[in-house]
Amino acid sequence: MNLLVCISKTPETTAKISFIEDNSKFNTEGVQYIMNPYDEWYALVRAIELKEKHGGKVIAMNVGPASNDIIIRKALAIGADEAVRVDAEPDSSMFVAKQIANYAQENAIDIVFCGKETIDYNGSEVASITAEMLDLPFVSYASKMEFDGTTATIERDIEGGVEVVQVEKPFVLSASKGLAEQRIPNMKGIMMAKRKPLNVVEAVGHDSKSKLLSYTMPQGKQEVKMIDPENMDELVRLLHEEAKVI
Amino acid sequence: MSVLIFAEAKNGNYKKNAFEAVYYGSQLASAIGTEAFVFTIGDGANAADLGKYGASKIWFNNAQAKTDSQVVSAMVAQAAEKAEATHVVLSNSALGKAVAGRIAVKLDASLVSGANALPIGNTVTKGVFSGKAIASFEMSGDKHVISLMGNSLKPVETGSSGIPEAIELDIPQTKLKVIETKTVDGVVPLPEAELVVSAGRGMKGPENWGIIEDLANVLGATTACSRPVADTGWRPHHEHVGQTGVAIRPNLYIAAGISGAIQHLAGVNSSKTIVVINKDPEAPFFKAADYGVLGDLFDVVPRLTEAIKKFKA
Ligand SMILES: Cc1cc2nc3c(=O)[nH]c(=O)nc-3n(C[C@H](O)[C@H](O)[C@H](O)COP(=O)(O)OP(=O)(O)OC[C@H]3O[C@@H](n4cnc5c(N)ncnc54)[C@H](O)[C@@H]3O)c2cc1C
Ligand SMILES: Nc1ncnc2c1ncn2[C@@H]1O[C@H](COP(=O)(O)O)[C@@H](O)[C@H]1O
Repeated sequence: MNLLVCISKTPETTAKISFIEDNSKFNTEGVQYIMNPYDEWYALVRAIELKEKHGGKVIAMNVGPASNDIIIRKALAIGADEAVRVDAEPDSSMFVAKQIANYAQENAIDIVFCGKETIDYNGSEVASITAEMLDLPFVSYASKMEFDGTTATIERDIEGGVEVVQVEKPFVLSASKGLAEQRIPNMKGIMMAKRKPLNVVEAVGHDSKSKLLSYTMPQGKQEVKMIDPENMDELVRLLHEEAKVI
Repeated sequence: MSVLIFAEAKNGNYKKNAFEAVYYGSQLASAIGTEAFVFTIGDGANAADLGKYGASKIWFNNAQAKTDSQVVSAMVAQAAEKAEATHVVLSNSALGKAVAGRIAVKLDASLVSGANALPIGNTVTKGVFSGKAIASFEMSGDKHVISLMGNSLKPVETGSSGIPEAIELDIPQTKLKVIETKTVDGVVPLPEAELVVSAGRGMKGPENWGIIEDLANVLGATTACSRPVADTGWRPHHEHVGQTGVAIRPNLYIAAGISGAIQHLAGVNSSKTIVVINKDPEAPFFKAADYGVLGDLFDVVPRLTEAIKKFKA
């Protein structure tokens, strides 16, 4: 069984967000990158668990420049068997999805695992587009998954609850919290990761129809108004008259 | 030409996010000088009111698989083609996110998900970096799919109710079998909530949550929590807000006993008004708050509940 886990990199969660070149580019200076938590903690680990139970291999895939290799090696250290990096600077979700779909098609992938969203652009787009390009069923926001080798029973998050669905492989899923327990790579894993294959392939062409032009920062908050803890009537008055939210 | 709006029904009813999408779509249609058509899945029974937000036509089709992205996207794309739509508008809900990309591929359209305002020309904005910045996107080509972030605009009744018409569509066979749907009844789900009361580790333990629930009840608010609270099982994990939980943007966010770590703020800092209750004057959350109360939450929260009761009476 071939399990493809799509991993992306994102600025570390406390990174300072600023922009350069007339606010057209994210300022990467001094920014530490991590593997997107949904990809690392949930998608990757669940795929490894399925492989441990049912056999096959886990392939970690990233679309990005050579500087991403460090993140890809981490996926190998956690337990992916091999990795592939599409050597390109992605400019849209459509572009990324095209690369994933193309690879999945050529390599007889049974399940494509994505994260729920990247925590930088908060797109939640790649998995849905990939599923469509492959004409496969898509289960979004999976928070629990049982699999018997053919059929998966998946709990997925919906507004205010969960929906339980059944689907047969092949399919695409996006992972949300709960799908697995985070695994920390150990020394042996880190050593083995160095010898595992990381194939670099060229991108297939795609011309993107949505282009990021520029960024702005939201208006800063006004100074906080401190309210006397004995006087909650005053807070209620302000929420009603000033903020107009109640 | 037209703007096609996919209005999402929940158990046959329409909620705020559907009205927002219809209003957004009809505003967009008037800006570009065309009509707004609505498509919805269901028996059409409650669909007439969608017209009030400016739609000139309401189409429905009562397909069985209402949550399968493969089926829903095929239906919406066909409705868009039938309407000769240049734009497809939908909400950025769980279902909206699952289908928006698929629809864009089917229509060979540009895609912007989570838009926070109407497009200006071919440029549309959305929040990125968990609300820490806003990005402008240029959409090229002649078709566009836009999903709308909840609570981005206030729907206004600009039209009258229309008569829903059934339409025939070619519906693909579903490959997903829905076994069960478990939702909490009577509570507004967090992503849609306008009022949210949230609490963190300062609560000391799950047995103390009664005061939070009382406050939420008098306000008609939904409850939320910080990540460690969900991780230790004090509260259900769907209540976890923040960078790795649900991102929300209610009108009012009240946080009690939450320090305001950057990852927590990332999921809540787009809220219109933030009230922070904390006993530590150095708590970082005060910097992100509109109103702050420095005090012991076990005193302050019940007092606030009483004050709201008095105000409502
Ligand atoms: C990659 C990553 C992702 C993360 N994602 C998230 C996320 O999505 N959401 C999230 O919430 N966190 C997230 N975190 C965790 C985050 O960094 C914080 O650890 C967490 O938000 C702290 O939760 P808390 O404020 O409830 O607890 P604490 O930080 O322990 O704060 C408790 C607060 O309660 C106050 N307090 C205590 N007693 C009282 C009292 N009697 N009255 C009034 N105030 C009192 C204290 O002064 C303190 O400020 C993430 C962390 C990482 C590393
Ligand atoms: N550059 C990339 N390379 C590989 N996978 C990606 C990339 N970008 C996004 N993904 C996958 O798509 C998921 C959703 O991303 P997004 O649609 O950007 O929110 C991520 O969690 C990853 O699994």
